[in-house]
Amino acid sequence: MQKIFNLACGSFYALGAYVGVSAVSWYTSAGGPAALFVLPLALAGLAVGAIGFVVERGLLRFVYDRDETFQLLLTFAVVLMMEDAIRLTWGTSPQSTSALYLTYGQVRVLGATAPVYNLIVIAASLVIALLIGGLLTRTTFGRIIRAAADNREMVEALGVDLRRVYARVFTLGTALGTLGGALVIPATAAMSEMGIELIVEAFAVVVIGGLGSMRGAFVGALVVGVLRAIAISVYPELEMLLIYLIVIAVLVLRPRGLFGGAAA
Amino acid sequence: MTARLVLGAAVVAVALAPLVAPTYHVLLMLPFMAYAVVLLGLNLLFGYAGLLSFGHALFIGIGAYAGAFLTGPLKVRSLEVILLAAGGLGALVAAPVAALCVRYVKIYFGMLTLAFGMVFYTFVLKFYRLTGGDEGLPFLRPALLGWSLEAMPKTDYLVGPYYYYSLAVLSVAALCMWRIVHSPFGLCLKTIRDNPAKAESLGIDVTRYRWLAFMLSAVYAAVGGALLGPPTGNVDPTLLYWTHSGNIVFMTLLGGFASFFGPVLGAFVFIYLQNWVMSVVPYWRLVFGAILAALVILAPGGLMGLAARRRRPGRLSGA
Repeated sequence: MQKIFNLACGSFYALGAYVGVSAVSWYTSAGGPAALFVLPLALAGLAVGAIGFVVERGLLRFVYDRDETFQLLLTFAVVLMMEDAIRLTWGTSPQSTSALYLTYGQVRVLGATAPVYNLIVIAASLVIALLIGGLLTRTTFGRIIRAAADNREMVEALGVDLRRVYARVFTLGTALGTLGGALVIPATAAMSEMGIELIVEAFAVVVIGGLGSMRGAFVGALVVGVLRAIAISVYPELEMLLIYLIVIAVLVLRPRGLFGGAAA
Repeated sequence: MTARLVLGAAVVAVALAPLVAPTYHVLLMLPFMAYAVVLLGLNLLFGYAGLLSFGHALFIGIGAYAGAFLTGPLKVRSLEVILLAAGGLGALVAAPVAALCVRYVKIYFGMLTLAFGMVFYTFVLKFYRLTGGDEGLPFLRPALLGWSLEAMPKTDYLVGPYYYYSLAVLSVAALCMWRIVHSPFGLCLKTIRDNPAKAESLGIDVTRYRWLAFMLSAVYAAVGGALLGPPTGNVDPTLLYWTHSGNIVFMTLLGGFASFFGPVLGAFVFIYLQNWVMSVVPYWRLVFGAILAALVILAPGGLMGLAARRRRPGRLSGA
């Protein structure tokens, strides 16, 4: 929406994951009931999204009126800093809360066994997607965001303080990234490389779906997830290769993505 | 005139370094010279044609792996042949990649190059039998100008013959690039960067010129990549990872993309600064991220831009 290609979103995701691990281990050592561990996890994920505000106000706002390539470089700088900041704080060994993964047990869905936690995350992501959709289409704030994406000068001329809007949008985006990182943690382990790896996947999702399209991002994520699953079971060597080839195909054939609007 | 004196002094200093400087610092010069070749090419694309590639590690990787294959399974040891083959292979891979990428500019171009870079990264990582997977391949010691220098101790080889060989390659590469950017072709590229619509209306085939610039920069990156192999003696997939592409862009920006020698200076400062910071704290990325952020915000013209601003106060540098 802001037309920023944020290389650092993967780093935010990793940060959310680490903070999630810390929050949960603190929660269990404080003696909280295991069944409610999702709550501190999600809260920590959301709270650490505040880093987005710092990054936006401290760095990104200086380069809005410059060439986009400088924004790209600035977010790359954030990637470098975050990777080491995470190593400095949590060390280099992977951190996990795997013991809690199966707290909610498993259920059989369509003949396959799935941990209930996965279903909770799927439900949560659907709810978040709907909320964001509602925010963008049904609230004044959402209309301002969309208008700003189309024509910055006009929005400012109409008396909207875009600096505040940008700070909020970026913080919101970051918070969603850190929340995502926190939620994935019970199923896997937090590693300092996860952010750098995620960025290329997230990038694939956004390109396939179409930049600036929320519906597209959702569909893109589905496409990438399903294709990866298929590729792993059929021919593992092709797993990520296939995704990048699709990204290239999409960029070449439909540069605006499957759901991209006319403006880009 | 001052610029020529500085350049001359720098060349003399680099040429004399193995005689006076400690071996350790001389060894650090080897990756510097390899990266300098890469960056001369990258800057043709970024500084002169205005296209920021986030996937040039791809071509470094191609050059390095080409060298590893030739010295290993194919038993070709001549470094001249290796460099030619690396450049040729780089061009071969770049031809279709460039044709697709130059249809876009700005951020789309950067994203597409990043995607291509990652395609090759995953290819190298996953096809273990061919590429050694994440362990990489050994890069055996190449013969220079037909001399097999197998018997020499490794350090003597690197600070002696190999050092001067790299310096010669860098000098030839710099001279060629100097000719290229000062030719009508180079001027056309600058026109395209500053005003593509006007360039088009003047009869310049914009897409074709961008494609050519991409090809040249890929060949330079592949040759530089091949030079990176012998000092470490092996190649691995991190050479192709996207953060490596980011690092070489960082070097370009650090030195200053608006000047011809800026990126070369950037490579030098980057390598020595990285080495120094790593000897003080293990977290060099934290420091470098902060430096990069400060550069982008405060001094987008890089070190050369700062020097130019000093000489001509009041005039804005770079970009």
